[in-house]
Amino acid sequence: MAEHAHAPAAVVHEHEEHDHKPHGWKRWVYATNHKDIGTMYLVFSGLMFLIGGSFAMVIRAELFKPGMQLVDPQLFNSMTTMHALFMIFGAVMPAWTGLANWLIPMQIGAPDMALPRLNNMSFWILPFAFTLLFCTLFVPGGAPAGGWTMYAPLFVQTGDAFPMTIFAIHMMGASSILGAINVIVTIMNMRAKGMGLLRMPLFVWTWLITAFLLIAAMPVLAGAVTMLLTDHYFGTTFFAATGGGDPIMFQHIFWFFGHPEVYILILPAFGVVSEIIPTFSRKPLFGYETMVYATASIGFLSFIVWAHHMFVTGIPLAGQLFFMLSTMLIAVPTGVKVFNWTATMYKGSLSFEPPMLFALGFLFMFTIGGFSGLMLALVPADYEYHGTYFVVAHFHYVLVPGAVFAIMGAVYYWLPKWCGNMYDMRLAKWHFWLSAIFVNVLFFPQHFLGLAGMPRRIPDYPVQFTDWNMVSSLGGFAFGLSQFLFPYIIWKCIRSGERATGRVWESAHGLEWELPSPAPYHSWGEPPSEALIARGAAH
Amino acid sequence: MKKSRKIVPSFAALAALLCSLAQPAHAESGWAELNMTRGVTAISRQIYDLHMMCFWVCVGIGIVVFGVMIYSIVVFRHSKGAVPDTTMVHNTKVEVIWTIVPVAILIGVAIPAARVLIRTADVSNSQLTVKVTGYQWGWNYDYLQSGVSFFSKLDALSNAARQLDSGIDPNTVPHYLHNVDHPLVVPTGTKILLLITADDVIHSWWVPDLGVKRDAVPGFINETWFEVDADKPGVYRGQCSELCGRDHAFMPIVVDALSKADFATWLKNEEAAQKTQQPAQAAAAATAAARQTQLADTSAAH
Repeated sequence: MAEHAHAPAAVVHEHEEHDHKPHGWKRWVYATNHKDIGTMYLVFSGLMFLIGGSFAMVIRAELFKPGMQLVDPQLFNSMTTMHALFMIFGAVMPAWTGLANWLIPMQIGAPDMALPRLNNMSFWILPFAFTLLFCTLFVPGGAPAGGWTMYAPLFVQTGDAFPMTIFAIHMMGASSILGAINVIVTIMNMRAKGMGLLRMPLFVWTWLITAFLLIAAMPVLAGAVTMLLTDHYFGTTFFAATGGGDPIMFQHIFWFFGHPEVYILILPAFGVVSEIIPTFSRKPLFGYETMVYATASIGFLSFIVWAHHMFVTGIPLAGQLFFMLSTMLIAVPTGVKVFNWTATMYKGSLSFEPPMLFALGFLFMFTIGGFSGLMLALVPADYEYHGTYFVVAHFHYVLVPGAVFAIMGAVYYWLPKWCGNMYDMRLAKWHFWLSAIFVNVLFFPQHFLGLAGMPRRIPDYPVQFTDWNMVSSLGGFAFGLSQFLFPYIIWKCIRSGERATGRVWESAHGLEWELPSPAPYHSWGEPPSEALIARGAAH
Repeated sequence: MKKSRKIVPSFAALAALLCSLAQPAHAESGWAELNMTRGVTAISRQIYDLHMMCFWVCVGIGIVVFGVMIYSIVVFRHSKGAVPDTTMVHNTKVEVIWTIVPVAILIGVAIPAARVLIRTADVSNSQLTVKVTGYQWGWNYDYLQSGVSFFSKLDALSNAARQLDSGIDPNTVPHYLHNVDHPLVVPTGTKILLLITADDVIHSWWVPDLGVKRDAVPGFINETWFEVDADKPGVYRGQCSELCGRDHAFMPIVVDALSKADFATWLKNEEAAQKTQQPAQAAAAATAAARQTQLADTSAAH
């Protein structure tokens, strides 16, 4: 990647002359540099995106027409389970941690993450966790097939993959917690003088809140899966009524993790979009402080809405009412964010480079996912939506053109800063338009299917659902194929391309843009001046 | 399956066009499967109305929000020489308004939703009680007042067609995957209480036209109810909607709603038939018990 950096005269004062880095495999295995670790996270995430995506292709191929053509129903169930586990824990979460590694130190004027060796460990746990999880495909009984939600008692029926899956999840959780601790310690202790909390870029803010959610939520998941483990091997009956347990208690515990988890996946996306839109609107972010407070309130609310995943389990009326109202309340801070982004564009001067296209795609399609989310909050209507493709459409709208588009937008936004070259803009725009069109062909018809009565997680369906499934599958194949443009564009950009300036985008604000491109291996060895920080803070 | 309503006529037209391009031979169109059913109970209609109300609220908000976004994208273009107003960084009045207005809209949506919810939760004054038990993979129905009991599973034709590479075209199977050997038979115009539970893992009993979906949880009993309109006898179909293992997709639910008189006849015949089949019934019960023990053994062994 980055060769020796060229330091423009303007920034010589903070650029130090030791860009030495270890060579060969040691550079990566012993990595403590936040940029190297960030790169490893991002490459790992890309790989998991590919694997998780191929599971999705199996799903869409089997659903192309009614009847069973390709896989056994059990393998189909494994595919939906593994697709979710790989995408959530393997693709999206590590992508955010990778971006946090690359960006947070540069954005707050710190020389590195606070805990570099911990950083190394939190990354290197992941390849082991996912190798273990991947291997479950080849053990007796097959890969886990009880859904990523692992509901008891079904999940306890998993074959040899059962302990492997649980151990893999423990490892992923440990990795996330270590990563979150590192982010919090870095942000709390390593900010350059003058970088007050309310001067931090929103990506840093959203990640700070995400890190607290991770620390609160991941141990709960660990507890839930450990209870599954002891139910299976040590005779406990936490989730078995035969011994006084309750299967529904698993769902309460799981979703107490699971709902904050949803926001763990999306809050950093809010941060990214809040950075990209002002840059390409040539105008400061509208309502910076309300953005921060809205993020914090979403973080808080995420802990008191979990049972909206359980409206049909038979929870009491009062509980259903409470969780309906608390869930609807989330629409308020989320709405504030959407309005603020819109107001940022209003009376701006917009240009449509690839990062902006992805941010706009996010804005429109995430909002559609928000609308279906509001509909799902209405308990009586949820009696018809729950467990159908309407839910599948909803969460894919917030996660694919939501979180994944934000990740891609972030890569297109900061890539020139990372590798010092501009990428092929024309190709990147093709990547956006193909993705944006086919993601809708893929997921929009799933709203229809769900409303018309098609349950999720089924390998075969009544014939009246054929037509929209075919459309969805075609959209899926085309969306999947379009994604190969992404690594190609990045590869091409790293190898060659027009040299990027330090600022990269004419109205980019923030400390990372004060560094040369590519960013030196060690940045902010000498902290940025307060004047520089004031210039970077866009509000 | 009830005919679904089209949400957006132009979209349906586009769909029809696509249909004619893609599958000219397809007579019964799946393209019209766009929206929730109105169903055949008072509750299902209230749910439908709630759904459509919220949908139109979202459309309204969408028109305003997307409208401003599109307007900004079209008008404030760098390439057209737009000059940014960099002083516009926040505005307390506007921000208060766009916090309060959504709250008001949400309250407006929440009140009717809560009203319907409270109605669905009222299981009192039922006239017929059926215990529904989910199994991997089928449903057992017990008419508690009369002792009639039977198991309901995927019909043989669907079951043959759904095997991997069966060579049977699902389009030739009537109600493919939406058909069972013994449907649940109920009277119309009667409030029916369902006591839902499961034997092994969690299932979910769902018939869209009845507006009922409730999880079947092993070891627990969930109560819910429905009342099919007196003038709407018919066959209503649904599927298990909680992942319950390998054959989750293959345990449909079929409800045959008969007029009260027809139901009384059916029930009488069924009672008589079950009396003569008593030995067979006992054998079936023994099998179920054995299966129960076997499951308990399996879990104890671990």
